[in-house]
Amino acid sequence: MKDFIIPPMDSKSDRDMGTPAKTGAPVTLEIDGVAVTVAEGTSVMRAAAEAGIPVPKLCATDSLDAFGSCRLCVVEIEGRRGTPASCTTPVAPGMVVHTGSSKVRKIRRGVMELYISDHPLDCLTCAANGDCELQDMAGAVGLRDVRYEAPENGSLVNHFEARNTSGESNPEWLPKDDSNPYFSYDPSKCIVCNRCVRACEEVQGTFALTIQGRGFDSRVSAGNADDDFLGSDCVSCGACVQACPTATLQEKSIIEMGTPDRSVVTTCAYCGVGCSFKAEMNGDELVRMVPYKHGKANRGHSCVKGRFAYGYAHHKDRILKPMIRDRIDEPWREVEWDEALSFAAKRMRGLQEQYGKKSIGVITSSRCTNEETYLVQKLARAVFGNNNTDTCARVCHSPTGYGLGQTFGTSAGTQDFDSVEQTDVVVVIGANPTDGHPVFASRLKKRLRAGAKLIVVDPRRIDLVKSPHVSAAHHLPLRPGTNVAVVSALAHVIVTEGLMDEAFIRERCDWDEFQHYAEFISNPRHSPEATELLTGVPSAELRAAARLYAQGGNGAIYYGLGVTEHSQGSTTVMGIANLAMLTGNMGRPGVGVNPLRGQNNVQGACDMGSFPHELPGYRHVKGPEVRKVFEETWGVEIDAEPGLRIPNMLDAAVDGTFKGLYCQGEDILQSDPDTKHVAAGLAAMECVIVHDLFLNETANYAHVFLPGSTFLEKDGTFTNAERRINRVRKVMEPLNGYADWEITQMLAQAMGADWSYSHPARIMEEIAATTPSFAGVDYALLEEKGSVQWPCNEAHPEGMPLMHVDGFMRGKGRFIVTEYVATDEKTGPRFPLLLTTGRILSQYNVGAQTRRTDNVVWHEEDLLEIHPHDAEVRGLKDGDWVRLASRAGETTLRAKLTDRVSPGVVYTTFHHPDTQANVITTDYSDWATNCPEYKVTAVQISLSNGPTDWQEDYAAQAAQARRILPAAE
Amino acid sequence: MSPEKMVHMANQIATFFKTQPGDDQADRIAAHLSDFWEPRMLDQLHAHVVAGGAGLDDLVISAEARIAGERESA
Repeated sequence: MKDFIIPPMDSKSDRDMGTPAKTGAPVTLEIDGVAVTVAEGTSVMRAAAEAGIPVPKLCATDSLDAFGSCRLCVVEIEGRRGTPASCTTPVAPGMVVHTGSSKVRKIRRGVMELYISDHPLDCLTCAANGDCELQDMAGAVGLRDVRYEAPENGSLVNHFEARNTSGESNPEWLPKDDSNPYFSYDPSKCIVCNRCVRACEEVQGTFALTIQGRGFDSRVSAGNADDDFLGSDCVSCGACVQACPTATLQEKSIIEMGTPDRSVVTTCAYCGVGCSFKAEMNGDELVRMVPYKHGKANRGHSCVKGRFAYGYAHHKDRILKPMIRDRIDEPWREVEWDEALSFAAKRMRGLQEQYGKKSIGVITSSRCTNEETYLVQKLARAVFGNNNTDTCARVCHSPTGYGLGQTFGTSAGTQDFDSVEQTDVVVVIGANPTDGHPVFASRLKKRLRAGAKLIVVDPRRIDLVKSPHVSAAHHLPLRPGTNVAVVSALAHVIVTEGLMDEAFIRERCDWDEFQHYAEFISNPRHSPEATELLTGVPSAELRAAARLYAQGGNGAIYYGLGVTEHSQGSTTVMGIANLAMLTGNMGRPGVGVNPLRGQNNVQGACDMGSFPHELPGYRHVKGPEVRKVFEETWGVEIDAEPGLRIPNMLDAAVDGTFKGLYCQGEDILQSDPDTKHVAAGLAAMECVIVHDLFLNETANYAHVFLPGSTFLEKDGTFTNAERRINRVRKVMEPLNGYADWEITQMLAQAMGADWSYSHPARIMEEIAATTPSFAGVDYALLEEKGSVQWPCNEAHPEGMPLMHVDGFMRGKGRFIVTEYVATDEKTGPRFPLLLTTGRILSQYNVGAQTRRTDNVVWHEEDLLEIHPHDAEVRGLKDGDWVRLASRAGETTLRAKLTDRVSPGVVYTTFHHPDTQANVITTDYSDWATNCPEYKVTAVQISLSNGPTDWQEDYAAQAAQARRILPAAE
Repeated sequence: MSPEKMVHMANQIATFFKTQPGDDQADRIAAHLSDFWEPRMLDQLHAHVVAGGAGLDDLVISAEARIAGERESA
């Protein structure tokens, strides 16, 4: 009956309005005697819904364009002939609509009767019972009888009975397709409404589904008739399942557990898109995650990770009891929290007494909440008494912080994701959104299908370069390590061909610095022709791309770790900022510079003062006025000198001056470069405290293990790549007993601090009180608005979707000279190929979470992509084991031959610890921030028989280090 | 850290600032080092300079002199 209760028109309602919202001039019409005013272009169906009048429907849903196939939503309109479908009929001024005349009621009953005549009547045992639109509509139209029957002696013509009463098999019946691990496709329940096919096209943009056959033979099909869902192009985003009005496409969790009885809106803990989800619960059991249609980052869409890959929360590997050991060659001993915390506190304090105040530090997590991160850096600054705090953003986006800080004055993306809908030219540099940021990629592809142009700068031919209905206008396949040369060449073309926006530059930027820059960049050594030999990018293509970006309308740059993780990462970020300023692509919708953040809370971890040189809000520790704010709040003196960054901590550990580490929610041994060096650093420490869900690789070297809680088990906030502060809400009690913020607080207390936060909201109050850009943020505001984008303060009480609108945060935008300097990581006779690394859709970062879900069916091992030409000269075939060696180390993995990579370039992912791609990567890093140069390593490849000695030794050590003593009875 | 790695890192910073306009490169290198290098890294750099500064860019050596001067007076 839920459809007949007219819900209040609040902005958080889940009610399906039938067709998408429109913007336009107001139009007033009358529906069933009710006057309603809606935007021009709105459908009659949606106008009725807005007036509180639900028109029955099956093929319409407000996430998809109207299709007009089911004929259930017919209405009568005065002065028009027939009974038009309300979903495809736009409103007109003065229109008089009747949605419930006896004529349309009769038609609807007839339509439903036909639908139900070919649908099983097993509602009571159907997985969608109570959550089925077909069932609801049968009720709504008052269907009481189905008169259609198979003729006597005739064949059985339906799709849902496997056999007729004589036991003969029904050729029209198709079995369930259970190949996808997360949802099933039951063709017998399909009503061919096309919603799944349209969702795959319009929302996800993959075009994996189609309707095969015509008329009665029409069937939803994933690829060809003999393809199943798993073998098809389907990326398991769940949009089709979401769109399906029946049980045809159904989550397996619903089939197993039943329909949910309550839901909590929360934020996904995977990538930096920060999708909002409804966690649907049955008691305290999570039944499914459904993308939240009012989530401003995702607008109701999801990917395979956020939608389905949450099973790790209950994986058997999860550690729920604290553990300690004196030495890392001993097995773990389970203990109570008190003992673990006092053991840790005593050791850490002891190290400080013996080796000095600065001999210990922390690593905060980009996977934890803002509140947790704030506490961990506070632990270092206020309790340890030093600035030895760093975060994994060090190894991903620290150059963004430095580069955008220097040019614009603040370290953040300039736009919201909605901005892409107004972009005319999209430049994607060193990012692979369809794998790394899938929901943003879907929004981007939607805009590209509507006509926006795309320029891809990437060594690999990523999916965006050519995929169904999307094709890049220009792909610049540069040689890894030559980003600055390519970005400078683009700027060279813009400046020398006079394509810049001089009015913008004069008004918004420092004119003197621009003069210097223009003189520098105009030098012929930066021309595409001069750099072509170096970068491998055809000069004509580069010139055309530069012209398109400068002259094609709203130009927006999206970039990722392919920009930052280089020796010149910071320089490339500045070069990108230069491009946006040159062309005036700043400060309005559809333009800007947008770093795509890797992990869910990279932005937040940086905002919260995780870096060793700056306090929350990006303020350097050397500033006495900033220190004073925190000294007064915390009641301690704050060190005025910067602390150690992660690579520096490891160096200092090897040198013997850094002895203790509290590492929350990061796996530095797997994720950081030059694994052997990381292992040596960790092995040299005397107290490593790992706070995580699982015994990760770093924990092999830990003395204390504090079990962590998942995002489902705690309250807090994440800040996504748009600076959007989203709430994380607790949906179940922490299996380990405590939320992570409580554990950090207990550790601080064990070390003598008098912290007494009762809820993360209290922590946010302290953040707001000390950090100007968060001054207006509190949980009540987040509850009211759903989310806000910082800065949120007196000047911007509801936050700021776009930055630098009337001027740059630093005042005048600053052009910075970007000279290309070749990395010292060079190919030569021993290591003739360049290795670059990346990630894949189904896995996330080090894989600690996704490897513990069914996502492994898509990617069970890391593969080495190699061009067929390079493979041939080495005698390699697809699937062969190969030895991959650099000057840092060697490993083995299997080869995948593909022309996605250019000759001379190889590529792999780093999701699996047994491959350990980071054994290969070197200790070279960005000049300004020490962000490691993951993206360029000179390597050699040869045939191999199997794992290297190092891999075998590593596996043996890991097995030894993970032993847990049986609990004492 | 190994002296080679330290020299490499310091020279990378110098390489960037060398390309920037103006004649205050050593000051800017000194400012960058003070802002981002932890004191024990600066100590190691100082010791290396005192020992002859093998491999270091001249600008790093001048920058280091400024940092050392400031740290002494602080």
